[in-house]
Amino acid sequence: MHKIMKPERPVGIIGYGAYIPAYRLPAEAISKLWREGQDRNHLPIREKSVPGPEEDTITMSVEAAQNALRRARIDPQEIGAVWVGSESHPYAVKPSGTVLAQILGIAPAAVSGDFEFACKAGTEAMQAATAFVGSGMGDYALAVGMDTAQGRPGDALEYTAAAGGAAYIMGPGDEALAVLEGSFSFVTDTPDFFRRAYQKYPEHGNRFTGDLAYFYHIRSSVTYLLEGLQLSPKDFTAAVFHQPNVKFPQKIAAELGFSKAQISAGLLSNRIGNTYAGAAVLGLTNILDQAKPGDRILMASFGSGAGSDALSFVVTDKIESARKVAPGTADYLNRRKNIDYATYARWRKKIVMK
Amino acid sequence: MRKVAIIGIGQTPVREHWDYPIRYLGVQALLAAMQDARVDTIGGLFVGNMLSGALSEQEHLGALIADYAGFSGIEAVKVEAACASGAAAMRMALMAVASGRMEVAAAIGVEKLTEYSGKFSTAALATAADADYEASIGLSFAAINALMMRRYMHEYKVNKEDFAIFPIIAHANAVHNPNAMFHHTINREDYARAKMIADPINLMDSSPIADGAAAVIIVPMDKIKKYAGKAVRVAACELATDTVGLDSREDALLLKGVQKSASKALKIAGIEAKQIQLMELHDAFSIMSVLSLENSGFCQPGRALFAANDGKYSIDGEMPVCTFGGLKGRGHPVGASGLYQIVEAVQQVRGDAPAPIQVEDVEWAMAQNIGGSGATVITTILNRINE
Amino acid sequence: MDIPRYWRLREQRYKLQGNVCAECKAYNFPPRPVCLQCKSKNMQPYQFKGNGTIYSYSTVYQAPDAFNKQVPYLVALIDLDEGPRITARLTDILDNKIEIGMPVEMVIRKIYEDGDNGPIQYGYMFRPLLKKKE
Repeated sequence: MHKIMKPERPVGIIGYGAYIPAYRLPAEAISKLWREGQDRNHLPIREKSVPGPEEDTITMSVEAAQNALRRARIDPQEIGAVWVGSESHPYAVKPSGTVLAQILGIAPAAVSGDFEFACKAGTEAMQAATAFVGSGMGDYALAVGMDTAQGRPGDALEYTAAAGGAAYIMGPGDEALAVLEGSFSFVTDTPDFFRRAYQKYPEHGNRFTGDLAYFYHIRSSVTYLLEGLQLSPKDFTAAVFHQPNVKFPQKIAAELGFSKAQISAGLLSNRIGNTYAGAAVLGLTNILDQAKPGDRILMASFGSGAGSDALSFVVTDKIESARKVAPGTADYLNRRKNIDYATYARWRKKIVMK
Repeated sequence: MRKVAIIGIGQTPVREHWDYPIRYLGVQALLAAMQDARVDTIGGLFVGNMLSGALSEQEHLGALIADYAGFSGIEAVKVEAACASGAAAMRMALMAVASGRMEVAAAIGVEKLTEYSGKFSTAALATAADADYEASIGLSFAAINALMMRRYMHEYKVNKEDFAIFPIIAHANAVHNPNAMFHHTINREDYARAKMIADPINLMDSSPIADGAAAVIIVPMDKIKKYAGKAVRVAACELATDTVGLDSREDALLLKGVQKSASKALKIAGIEAKQIQLMELHDAFSIMSVLSLENSGFCQPGRALFAANDGKYSIDGEMPVCTFGGLKGRGHPVGASGLYQIVEAVQQVRGDAPAPIQVEDVEWAMAQNIGGSGATVITTILNRINE
Repeated sequence: MDIPRYWRLREQRYKLQGNVCAECKAYNFPPRPVCLQCKSKNMQPYQFKGNGTIYSYSTVYQAPDAFNKQVPYLVALIDLDEGPRITARLTDILDNKIEIGMPVEMVIRKIYEDGDNGPIQYGYMFRPLLKKKE
């Protein structure tokens, strides 16, 4: 049996914030253009979120983090670490984290850097933030999972590659609105999905995506975590799994013994698509928006390449007052405007200008 | 200070002058003005220009044009105040003569905007705005004027279509000006169909950028008998400024620079606004015509469009404006426009304008040159010299 | 690549960092060395809250070169709650409805990208207030 991860001192979420851009591209619009609509009964999601022309991972992270800061009610200068997990950092070289730190008033006394681990870069940043606070290196750390994912035009990925994410401020357990009970991370070298340097679009490795990658890693991380915590699915009020579509999280939840009711609050992919590093963490904000003190929540991410982080939180009575002071996940889900494929293609720079 | 007069004028046609560099345009206008004045030498040269550095990669226009006109050695300097550079250069020439430091001074306005493609000139013209807080976040010059026009429409409950009268007047007059860029009339339907530049400003609201040069020769009033050129007295030429950023003004429709410059000019000339018989307006955009007339005191705030649509500013109206086509019809060679206005007003006062656009018996004429969204304003009043 | 300008103005563009006159309490954005109202030189830093109303607006169809790829886009004059008027872009106008007097709030957006190799410049834009479920 593997040992689960627990910080030396209790650590939890003291502030959280969501962000989803306002624009939506219906999967039907993609289907109509590339398949004459013949796959309309098999679409992986209903619609996906698309960033506006002036948005990117940095601007979206700013708003999510501002929401988290409002809930945390701390002076930004007290935050000692800024970590942004994404596979769509605007710069190849130059951290997203420093821009965020400057805008939020966290700079200059802080560590900052970017994480990349496909769709689990956000939970990776949360693990690092937990370690930073848990070890006593600092009292507060900001971790963001955010993406503006790209899918090759006409590729199956294009239906779901979406934009959005969430920010978390991790802090001492006694200030937390949700305390981390423990976590488990499970990684192997699995080339299920990757994007080489300088390439615009990612590639899938054969049919590794399902069984070898998504299911194997999440099954492992969750199973080890539950064993280590001596918990079973029925001990959880809610669970959120990485959601590249609607089917996968439903399937892994059922296999592990979680009910549809337990995963409903965290399952957003039908309405916004796959927000990559933002997916699991955004499901968690929606769960927290509805949580009650005492609720136990499981979050399991998956990142290609491949790995899964499973984390278990117990909600405290600080949730009630924190929840109201910033926009909720539903406020962003409900703020929506449909765009057509041409607008999407222009905004996402799929039209070659030179 | 001595009183001064203009004894010679010169201009090139306003065109896309592919065949001439900026120095030749300047030299042509200068030599034409000197010929008109019948002087063969000048004591100093003041060159109004905004964008020679940005668009012709040529600064140092004072020395360059003096050199190519054959006057190397004289005092010569470039004067810059965005779109008001032309009249600003004239004011410098006036002061040089009025102060007694010079006997004959030349002011020219020259601009060459067509050296590069239009997209560069849009960015270059935006340098008249605040670079840090307007231009560098995406405001074009048309956009800044559009913000004023939208606000005007909101405050005075007027329609966009009401503005059509100003470009219609400009084009109607330009037909008779051989130096104008446009020689066709436009109607309300053309205006309604014009494409948007920065909503609500459309192409018909916007003066065309072009190349050109205009020049005047200035001498002391008490010496005009010495010269053969037809003299017109400069009764006033007053410059005032306002904030460069439109956002720094409490009321975007209140152009303090226009108010100060116009009221001071009228006071120095010793006349009332109603004595002005024609006005060469700075109609870079239709909204600027409206704000220029209202803030100069020619009509109450909110009334300029009504007055214009009633015919007050047409060529046969109470106070014709843009008699040679204005910036819209004659064209807007930015740093030269202020001197084109003066050259045109001089022709009106002399009675030398082409017959269809000659205003009858002109004793007093005004020209107002505006830089930026009103940050530099120069109001000039010309007076006929009665023998 | 106006990197020094971007770097120098980052506190203003990121946080609406302006100043307030210690004598007459007039707020300034951009920060001014001399108070526009009372000419005092005793100015204190002040970070604006980022809320305001639209004073005027325009949709730009023909833009300066650096912004050509972004047309059409919206610009506006916005009266900040503290007093000063600011020139800014508008974003996320979802129902295409804009009115003078409409309340707006500051957000961070990409102002422009200097080609494929240059810096990405971030700064303030304003959007209609986010609707919150009570």
